[in-house]
Amino acid sequence: MSKVIDGLMYQESHEWLKKVSDDEVLIGITEFAAKELGSVVFVDLPEVGDELTAGSDFGAVESVKAASDLTSPVSGEVIEINEDLVGEPELVNEDAFNAWFIKVKISNPEELDVLLSAEQYKKLI
Amino acid sequence: MYKYFPHTEEDLKQMLDKLKISSIDELFSDVPNNVLLKKDYDLPSEMSEMEVKNYFNEISKDNQELVIFSGLGVYDHYQPSVIDAITSRQEFLTSYTPYQPEISQGTLQYIFEYQSMIQALTGLDVSNASMYDGTTAAAEACFMACNVTRRNKILISETIHPNTIEVIKTYLKFKGYEFDFVGSKDGVFDKEDFKNKMNKDYAGVIVQNPNFFGFIENYEGVSDIVHDLKGVLVQNSDISTLAVLKTPKENDADIACGECQSLGAPVAFGGPYLGYLATVSKHVRKLPGRICGYTTDTLGRRSYVLTLQAREQHIRRAKANSNICSNQSLMALFVTVYMSVMGESGLKEVNKQSYQNAHYLYNKLLETGKFFDNFKQPFLKEFVLETKINHDLIREALVKNNIFGAYSLESIDESYENLVNFAVTEKRTTAEIDKLITVLERLS
Amino acid sequence: MSYDKLIFELSKEGRRAYSLKKASYPQYDINDLASNLRTIELNLPEVSELDCVRHYTNISKKNFGVENGFYPLGSCTMKYNPKINEDIVKTTNFAKLHPYQPVNTVQGALKVYYELQKSLSEISGLEEFSLNPYAGAHGELIGLMVMKEYHLSRKDFKRNKVIIPDSAHGTNPASTVVCGMEVVEIKSNAKGMVDVESLKSVLSDEIAGMMLTNPNTLGIFESDICEITKLVHDAGGLMYYDGANLNAMLGKVKPGEMGFDIMHINLHKTFSTPHGGGGPGDGPVGVKDFLKKFLPNPQVKKLDDYYYIANEADAIGRISSFFGNFLVELRAYSYILNLGKENLMQVGGFATLNANYVRECLREDYILPIKGYCMHEVVFDGLLDNPNDIKTLDVAKRLLDYGMHAPTIYFPLLFHQAIMIEPTETESLQTIDEFIQVMKQIAKEAKEDPELLRSAPLSTPISRSDEVFAAKHMIFSYRDYLEYISNK
Repeated sequence: MSKVIDGLMYQESHEWLKKVSDDEVLIGITEFAAKELGSVVFVDLPEVGDELTAGSDFGAVESVKAASDLTSPVSGEVIEINEDLVGEPELVNEDAFNAWFIKVKISNPEELDVLLSAEQYKKLI
Repeated sequence: MYKYFPHTEEDLKQMLDKLKISSIDELFSDVPNNVLLKKDYDLPSEMSEMEVKNYFNEISKDNQELVIFSGLGVYDHYQPSVIDAITSRQEFLTSYTPYQPEISQGTLQYIFEYQSMIQALTGLDVSNASMYDGTTAAAEACFMACNVTRRNKILISETIHPNTIEVIKTYLKFKGYEFDFVGSKDGVFDKEDFKNKMNKDYAGVIVQNPNFFGFIENYEGVSDIVHDLKGVLVQNSDISTLAVLKTPKENDADIACGECQSLGAPVAFGGPYLGYLATVSKHVRKLPGRICGYTTDTLGRRSYVLTLQAREQHIRRAKANSNICSNQSLMALFVTVYMSVMGESGLKEVNKQSYQNAHYLYNKLLETGKFFDNFKQPFLKEFVLETKINHDLIREALVKNNIFGAYSLESIDESYENLVNFAVTEKRTTAEIDKLITVLERLS
Repeated sequence: MSYDKLIFELSKEGRRAYSLKKASYPQYDINDLASNLRTIELNLPEVSELDCVRHYTNISKKNFGVENGFYPLGSCTMKYNPKINEDIVKTTNFAKLHPYQPVNTVQGALKVYYELQKSLSEISGLEEFSLNPYAGAHGELIGLMVMKEYHLSRKDFKRNKVIIPDSAHGTNPASTVVCGMEVVEIKSNAKGMVDVESLKSVLSDEIAGMMLTNPNTLGIFESDICEITKLVHDAGGLMYYDGANLNAMLGKVKPGEMGFDIMHINLHKTFSTPHGGGGPGDGPVGVKDFLKKFLPNPQVKKLDDYYYIANEADAIGRISSFFGNFLVELRAYSYILNLGKENLMQVGGFATLNANYVRECLREDYILPIKGYCMHEVVFDGLLDNPNDIKTLDVAKRLLDYGMHAPTIYFPLLFHQAIMIEPTETESLQTIDEFIQVMKQIAKEAKEDPELLRSAPLSTPISRSDEVFAAKHMIFSYRDYLEYISNK
């Protein structure tokens, strides 16, 4: 059984989202998603300054046998990317909930309201 | 009994009994009766092996083997005997795509060597395992340029081979991408026109060197303009010429593509050939097609596998870089063996002799007073001249002498008025060249 | 230790494997090209001819071809590649013809192209073929271009969606996107076939057509095919036949008569041309009469007894340098003539019998997810009695130890442990029985000695490779390799 952390927000496509300030969030993929993919060999990240809209792809994560697009749960501007993942994509497998992909300055906080709670996400997987 | 069906009556009975049926037809019970074939194909009856041979021998008499003095993207270089010996080995010939690396190291290793040689020739960082041909490689290179820059328009140099342009146009049209042309001046890429047209809407530009006429183009300053606008430069070249001419690397190109036929593959009435596609490291994940990579097995032995497969159609389906699911593997072996035989010095010597033969012919033709050079551009093994002699007359006179040459460019595009193409490889002897000159001299 | 050198590692400066005649015109100097010349190093290997031949002979031994042993690779139709086909290529003058030669000097080549076109028409029930596409996936793309062009020519601009079953080959959706159209995926029903109700629910005036493989990728004949093609036609769409599995239909059904309008054929599957380690194949595209004007240029035509080359204005355009992989076409035509109509009529039947025999003999050991007869290939879903959780990958790798090629695995994606076996008509009962015995033995080993399977293969030139390393380190050339070694 994969770990799910209470207090984070989730979406069905297996991204987690963590609020770090009023209008800033970190986004990553869940441990469940990382296990399904297998050994991650590449993470494709957007550029700082890119504008995201909720539901659109912002990157991709690849293993040897699979690839998955990363879908942004929120709209806003990418203000930081996790450069560590570029050199060490295996961090996603080692600790999916620490291996955040991007930090986003959100433009529409209401989008957070429709995301899943840890309890709701657990039922999904 | 037929030689390719080993089913004896006894075998059939045993198999049908196991399936508890009385005839093969019962296996097709799910097929609606109205579509089941009721009569044999309207095709010839079985031929013996000897009859098949005779049939093709007869047909081939309707072909005329000619001494080749034109190129237009297909070059009659010599193929050392080693190539046929190696590429005929059934282990290479009859195997499938190397999905099981444990029993496909032969294929995987020569693909790795092929990629290494394309890397060396282009000077760029990474080559894929090959494409169908030079034209589709160029089309995929344009897609890749659009992909990398996230733009949907590209500039195409007018001096690219018209077939390549046509294939690029077909691909772009259906994908929904746009293009515009960069014109030519004195038979080569017009840099001024390019400067005026290039802007941030275009993914970049695709050029060809030597160009369709065989002329060598100069791209000094082109990559700076392209890169300042965050675009990419795509260089299309006959791969053999890169052994001596300025490489995509030296022209600061981001993508290199083109035809590899000139490295060991026969002219073969148009195919099979193979295309190459190479790029710089930062765009490797946008490179379509198969890529072979080095690794080790569980015992630490060197081995090779198809890798970065997550870019490909069998995993990414609709989101794949391309729909290509193979390479021209055996043709990549032709190239790899050819380059192994020729080596660095052989490949340079081939280019040197082709240059010499072509320049001898060029000068001799000008001396006849019947052929003119209005362009005065540098060339390697291929060039175009203008002549007022009727092109049909030339063609017929040459065919009568078993020569194919002075190809009329008018038959490709009417705008190439009076222009004829010549290409001379290292294979042509002095006797052959002199004969060509003699035949042409007599015409008026 | 088996041979593991790269050709570059045999290189010694100054060695030669080539011989060229002496230069005839030394008065011309390539150095006159001055600033146009390459100045960076080239670094190609320099070896002797024997070193070169020995090298490639040695690495060829690490390959497994159809002539090494049983090759039941599903969806790939690894039938025997007749020697006569190779002989025809080598003993005739076709390989020496330049594609731009005058038309009257290549009449024989054009005749081969034309007659093969006509033969494929007769076999498929589609009136006109272009042999220009280079491969199956290329054929798909060109076929879809024809589909799109047809709708555009009628000014029906809305039709931009292609229906594709979820069991389809990955190339189907990929080709659709490359052609600038959208994919509408429909689910298969419990029998692994197109769910007619799902199909109905997606039909609209935005549908350009539907791509279908029949028999489908599960090896099952789509028995509702006539209803499916009628539904799509009634909605204004065209039917595309993915010819990957045509072998089963030889002598049984013509795709054109099932209602298909466009198809591609893999000459390297159904018509016995060698796979060449992944190419060159050839992917001719056939169409019904009303679509023939859209076929790509150049086209080969015949007037009385004279063959000529045409470029038509209505065509989708050019999609290849010339006439496709011509020497592959030559081999395929040799195959058709050699078999003749009598034997071509038998191919699908024997291929289907062989597959069903395998199905029947292995159903007690492997999970058979779909009941009923299969066509030319059978799909299992892993081991039936599997206390040690042995994966399909392990079964496949163990087969290599027994001197057989593995079947296709993990495709179709509908089954998590898919094993897809296609024995082809050229295999004898003895060979198939041996395969069955080996598969049963592996099932037994899975229970008794699971580690043996998980560490298989052991008798092959290499064991399992580290694919994660390959994807992460991205060593794609000898230059990369040297750099990696020096940093290690």
